[in-house]
Amino acid sequence: MTKTTHAPTRRRLLQMTAGAALATPFLSIRAAAQTVNLSMLAWYGHAEPDIVGEFEDANNAKFTPKYYTGGDNMLGLIAQSPAGTYDLILSDAEYVQQLNAAGYIEQLDPADYAFDDFYPEFQKFPGHWQDDKLYSVITRFGFLGIAHNTDVLSEKDASSYGVFSDPRVTGKLGHFDWHLPNLGQMSLAVGNPSPYDIDEAAWEKVQEATMALRGQVGGFFDYGGTFSSLNDGQMVAFGGIGDWITGVLEKNGAKVRTTIPEEGGLQWTESFSIGKGSRNHEMARKWIQWITSPDGQAKSADMAAYPALVPSKKGWEVLNSTNPAEAKRQNMVLGQHNAMDMIREGRIKYRQLPVQQSLEDWNDFWSDYKGA
Amino acid sequence: MTRSRPSLFSLVLSLPLLIWQVAFFLFPLIFLVAISFWTVRNFQMTPDLNFGNWDRILTRGTFWDAYARTAMLATASAALTSAIAFPAAYAISFKLSERAKQWLVFVLIIPFFTSYLVRVYSLQVFLSDAGIINAFLDMFGIGPFLMLNTTFGTLVGMVTLCLPLVILLQVFSLNFVNRDFVEAAHNLRCGRLRTVLAVIVPSARVGLVIAALFAFILSFGDFVSPLYLGGGNPPTLSIMITDITKSGQQWPRAAVVALMMIGTLLTVAFGAITYAYKERGK
Repeated sequence: MTKTTHAPTRRRLLQMTAGAALATPFLSIRAAAQTVNLSMLAWYGHAEPDIVGEFEDANNAKFTPKYYTGGDNMLGLIAQSPAGTYDLILSDAEYVQQLNAAGYIEQLDPADYAFDDFYPEFQKFPGHWQDDKLYSVITRFGFLGIAHNTDVLSEKDASSYGVFSDPRVTGKLGHFDWHLPNLGQMSLAVGNPSPYDIDEAAWEKVQEATMALRGQVGGFFDYGGTFSSLNDGQMVAFGGIGDWITGVLEKNGAKVRTTIPEEGGLQWTESFSIGKGSRNHEMARKWIQWITSPDGQAKSADMAAYPALVPSKKGWEVLNSTNPAEAKRQNMVLGQHNAMDMIREGRIKYRQLPVQQSLEDWNDFWSDYKGA
Repeated sequence: MTRSRPSLFSLVLSLPLLIWQVAFFLFPLIFLVAISFWTVRNFQMTPDLNFGNWDRILTRGTFWDAYARTAMLATASAALTSAIAFPAAYAISFKLSERAKQWLVFVLIIPFFTSYLVRVYSLQVFLSDAGIINAFLDMFGIGPFLMLNTTFGTLVGMVTLCLPLVILLQVFSLNFVNRDFVEAAHNLRCGRLRTVLAVIVPSARVGLVIAALFAFILSFGDFVSPLYLGGGNPPTLSIMITDITKSGQQWPRAAVVALMMIGTLLTVAFGAITYAYKERGK
C-alpha cells in the first residue's frame, strides 16, 4: 500500500469517529423521550426489581432510587436538593407533616386513589391529610414489638416488656439504634396509654425504666448489625424493631419472631407523596395508583427487602389467594383473628414524634443512655 | 554558609503536593471550623456565628465520657499492637534471610487487599458466642466467653487494623539499626534481651514511636470496630458523630466533635514526633 491511499483512510476514520461522537447525545435524547425516568426517595428495597419491575415494563418507566435510612436523613436530603429532584417520596407517617409544612410535597386528588378498597382505619390516616386535603397515600405498615430468639424465649415469655430484665436476656438485649421506637416501647411498658403524648412526670418514669435496663444491653445496632446479631443468636431479645426485620430472617430459617406484648405495640406507617416541582407528575401518580392497587399491595406485603402489612382489604384478598403462607405468617388471614383485630382492640399505637417534649430531649436522653 | 534558593524546577515539582494539601486538607479543615458555628433550622444549615454548638457539646458529660473512652481505647490499641508487632518485626529484620524477609513483607501487605469492613464482619464469626473460638474452647469444656460486643472485641478489631502496618514500619526501622552496634554489645558481653532493650530499641526509636503513633491515629478515629465488634456499647467519638448527624442533621455539632478529635490527634502526633526525634541525653 502507498502513502497516498493510507492518508485518506485515516481522515475518514477520524470523520467517522467525530460523527459518531456528535450523534451520541441525539441517541440518548431519543431514548430518554421514550422512557420516563422516575426518581424515588425511599427506604431500601422500594425501587428494587421485585417491586417495580412489572410496573417499569408495563409503563416504559425507569426508577432511579435514592435510599435513605431514617426520617431525619430523608428530610436532610430533600432540604439539600433543588425542588423537583425527587418525583416520589416514601416517608414514615410522623415525617409527612414536616414534609408538608416545609412545602416539599404536592397536594393530591383523593379521587385518583382507591381508598374504597382500604380498611376504614386507613381511609383518612392522620397526618396524611391536612385541612381535608390529601398529601400522602398510605401504602404499607407494620408493628413493632419484642423481637426474640424463639429457642431461648417463647412467645409467652415475650408477652411483656418485663422480659427485657429477664436474667436470660442479661448482656443479650439489643437495641435498634433509634430513640423513637425504643422509648415509645418503654413508654408503653410503664403503662402510658398514648406513649408519645406524656407529661413531664411520665417522661421521668420512662427515662427511669429505660436506664434500669442499661446493664442488660449487649449493643446498639444499625440495620446490618441488627440482622447479624439476631441471626447468629448473639442477641436474644431486641427492642425497637418488628417483623420488618425478623420477618426477613424468619423467611430465611432463623429462629426469631416478633411478639406484640400485652402492654401493646407500635405501628410504623409508610406512604407515598409526590415531590414538589416533579416533572413526571403523571407517571408518579400512576405509580401510587399501581402500588395501592390489590395486586401492587400483595406484592408490597411480600417485598424482599422487608415485609409489611398493607392497608388495602382487596390487597389482603389477593395475598390470601396467591401467597397464603405469607398471609398466615403475617397474621393477615381473612375471617379469623388477625392483625386488623389487634389494631381494633387498641393494642397498637402509632409511632409518632414526642408531643410534650422536644425531639431533642428524647434524643439527648438516648445518647445519655447509650453512654451510661 | 549561604543557603542556595530552591530552583524553579523543584518548586514546580512540589506544586502538586501543595495543591492537594490545600484543596483536600486545609480547605475542608477551615470549612469544618466555619460550620461548627452554623445553626440548623428545619434540617437546613444556615451560616451563622453561633457558639451554641461548642457550648452544647463541651458541657455534656456524655461527650467527655466518650472522649476519655476513645482515648483510652486508642492508647491501649497502640500499646498492644506495638507489643505484639515487635517480636515479629525483630524476627523478620534480624533473624531471616533476605529472601524470606521479602516474602514476609509481601505477606504483610496482603491484608490491605481486602476491605477492613469485610475483615471485621468476618471476625464476628470468630468472636460470637457460638463462633469458631468458643466452639474450639468448648471441646475442652471451657467457655463460652463473651467476646463480641465488648471492649475486647473492639480491641481485636483495632489490632487487626493496625498490626500489618505497625509490623512493616517496625521492620523498616529495625533494618536501619547498625548491625555493628549489636555485635559490639555482644562482644561487651551484653545479654540478648539487654541488647534488644539497651541497643536495638533506642536505635530504632523514631520508627517504633511513629508506628505506635499510626496505630493510635487509626484506632482513635476508627468507626468500624467499635460498632461491629464492640456493639456500639458504649459509644466512641466516631459513633457519636454519626449519632449526631443522624438525628436532626446536626452537622455543626458533629463538626465540633470532629474538631476536638483533630485537635487531639495533632497534639498527640506533635508530642510523639518531638519525643521520637529528641536527641538522647537532652
